[in-house]
Amino acid sequence: MKVLVPIKQVPETSNVKMDPVTGTMVRDGVEPIINPLDLYAIEEGVRLKEQVGGEVVALSMGPPKAILAIKEAIAMGCDDGVLLSDRAFAGADTWATSYVLAQAIKKIGACDLIICGERATDGDTGQVGPGIATWLDIPFVTYISKIIEIRENSLLIERMVEDGYEILEIETPCLLTVVKEINYPRLPSLRGKQRARQTENPVWGPTDIDARAKNLGLKGSPTRVVKISTPQVTRNGKLLAPKDEKEIESAVDQLIEFLQEKEIV
Amino acid sequence: MSYKGVWILGEQEAGNVKSVSHELLKRGRALADKLGVELTAVMLGKKIAKEGLRELIYRGADRVIVIEDPALEYFLPEPYINTLEALIKRHKPEILIASATSTGRTVAPALAIRSNTGLTADCTGLDIDEESGNLIQTRPAIGGNILATIKTPNHRPQMATVRPHSNKPLDPNPDRTGHINYEFVEPTLFKSRTKRLEFRKNEEAGSNIQDAEIVIAGGKGFKKDEHFKMVHEIAALLDGAVGASRDAVDLGWATYPHQVGLSGKTISPKLYLCAGISGSVQHLAGIKTSETIVAINNDPEAQIFHVADFGIVGDLFELLPLIKQKLQAVKKA
Ligand SMILES: Cc1cc2nc3c(=O)[nH]c(=O)nc-3n(C[C@H](O)[C@H](O)[C@H](O)COP(=O)(O)OP(=O)(O)OC[C@H]3O[C@@H](n4cnc5c(N)ncnc54)[C@H](O)[C@@H]3O)c2cc1C
Ligand SMILES: Nc1ncnc2c1ncn2[C@@H]1O[C@H](COP(=O)(O)O)[C@@H](O)[C@H]1O
Repeated sequence: MKVLVPIKQVPETSNVKMDPVTGTMVRDGVEPIINPLDLYAIEEGVRLKEQVGGEVVALSMGPPKAILAIKEAIAMGCDDGVLLSDRAFAGADTWATSYVLAQAIKKIGACDLIICGERATDGDTGQVGPGIATWLDIPFVTYISKIIEIRENSLLIERMVEDGYEILEIETPCLLTVVKEINYPRLPSLRGKQRARQTENPVWGPTDIDARAKNLGLKGSPTRVVKISTPQVTRNGKLLAPKDEKEIESAVDQLIEFLQEKEIV
Repeated sequence: MSYKGVWILGEQEAGNVKSVSHELLKRGRALADKLGVELTAVMLGKKIAKEGLRELIYRGADRVIVIEDPALEYFLPEPYINTLEALIKRHKPEILIASATSTGRTVAPALAIRSNTGLTADCTGLDIDEESGNLIQTRPAIGGNILATIKTPNHRPQMATVRPHSNKPLDPNPDRTGHINYEFVEPTLFKSRTKRLEFRKNEEAGSNIQDAEIVIAGGKGFKKDEHFKMVHEIAALLDGAVGASRDAVDLGWATYPHQVGLSGKTISPKLYLCAGISGSVQHLAGIKTSETIVAINNDPEAQIFHVADFGIVGDLFELLPLIKQKLQAVKKA
């Protein structure tokens, strides 16, 4: 089984600081990491390989330093990795990103399965996976929480939706986006890290993947970010800070009264 | 023919129109009125109840396009995407909005590629640019730390998804009139390389936080798994559902369907009562449209107090048992 895993390098955003004046992210000291939700995609690919044999290849579109994401994927058990990096790719929205990734996948050649993360924590759209599948005209499903069975020309899978789980059968080759319920990603191993250092990873530009210039980067993107601002949320509610037992009791009484006024209790 | 009109993609389950469709109609109505064009709701299903279709008109649609076929009974990507692509080619809407549900988030990105246009995910605001008539799409990005305003100036339709439960539907007005049009597409479009074999409903009590009127939530401030049951107890007292911050979910105190926030669910209950949650931007992104927010936190500087209608600075381990006791007393009375 040949599995491709598109991964994105993102800034470590769990503790981002925003510059209140410019509305941009303070990038000093922000580590680039693999999109946390892509670790589940890598893990699932590696597990499938361990189960049935085959090969897992990570691919990423991004700046030159995104090679670190590829290396980490290899350290986690991927066999190989390809970086798509070129000035022409910069500023791409999900339309242009999925185009480039689809072109690269065509170049890599026949694969059985593409596994994407549910979404990237920076762009946060979840659109690239379905986009890739559409460019490639292969079937796809989103929010997969379990690969139940690998069949001859299909996969039996479980999809997590709002009110439960669908059991689906999908023909291969296909693309899945996976949710974090699917597995526990492993940490890179020492041997893996060694292998990652020794592996040479190709870096491709537009001509390597026969990409049409007009579909690339900011120029090729149908959407335009026209403004960035920082969100403001405030309600002017009542705030009590009780100091002793009596005040605590009274605070809770006031809360219950408040809820009664609102006809909640 | 130029692109004209605003479309919303409605959703149904077992032939009943879902309320996310009504939420979209409110958004769509405002846009259609600004542009002076028709608002169309598109419904795909096996057999959709007539009252539900009429209600779409009562709640803002000028026209409902219905495609019925057994292949459309449940959502499957290919039949839905193929059908919608054909309808877009046929009618050329200027704007198409879908709900950011598991269905909408799956259909819309594929449809955008097929229709060679852009898509903005998870919009919190939609408006029309007075000058150009373009759709102005506002969405949180970088973990909710910024709001980005996005346009799709040169491609049509302009497509967006909006978070479910991020706005309230219009009240139905039975005097509103409109057309319900049953249309047909090539049956070959219903072909699917994915089959649905089974469905397992989530039976866990209190897990449907999006439909609950009351949500009681807890965060990392509970310190330990065993303490988290206080959240369940108060929720049970008020017939409410249980919510959790991402940290509480990551610690295994609650499962993912309970997660509230940017990467969890957006909810608009009548009451959101939370304790031990700091109120990160990502968490706030999921609760902003709640009618009433009550917060308990021992840190007077906690962000959650900025959005609370009623806050108590204090130890949740002292406050919650007392709240529980007093609620029980009120209930008995
Ligand atoms: C891309 C992205 C998406 C995210 N999505 C989400 C999301 O969907 N939902 C979400 O919730 N988070 C999300 N987060 C994480 C978010 O940034 C915060 O880390 C998280 O919300 C914090 O959870 P918390 O409030 O439970 O924990 P903390 O921030 O640790 O807060 C715990 C609070 O409990 C209080 N406390 C402690 N002890 C007591 C006591 N005895 N009595 C009363 N109060 C007490 C403390 O004062 C503190 O304010 C996301 C982050 C990123 C980067
Ligand atoms: N630049 C990229 N390079 C490789 N994979 C990507 C890239 N952007 C997105 N992806 C994949 O698409 C998924 C969804 O990303 P997004 O649509 O940006 O939220 C991610 O989890 C990755 O699997």
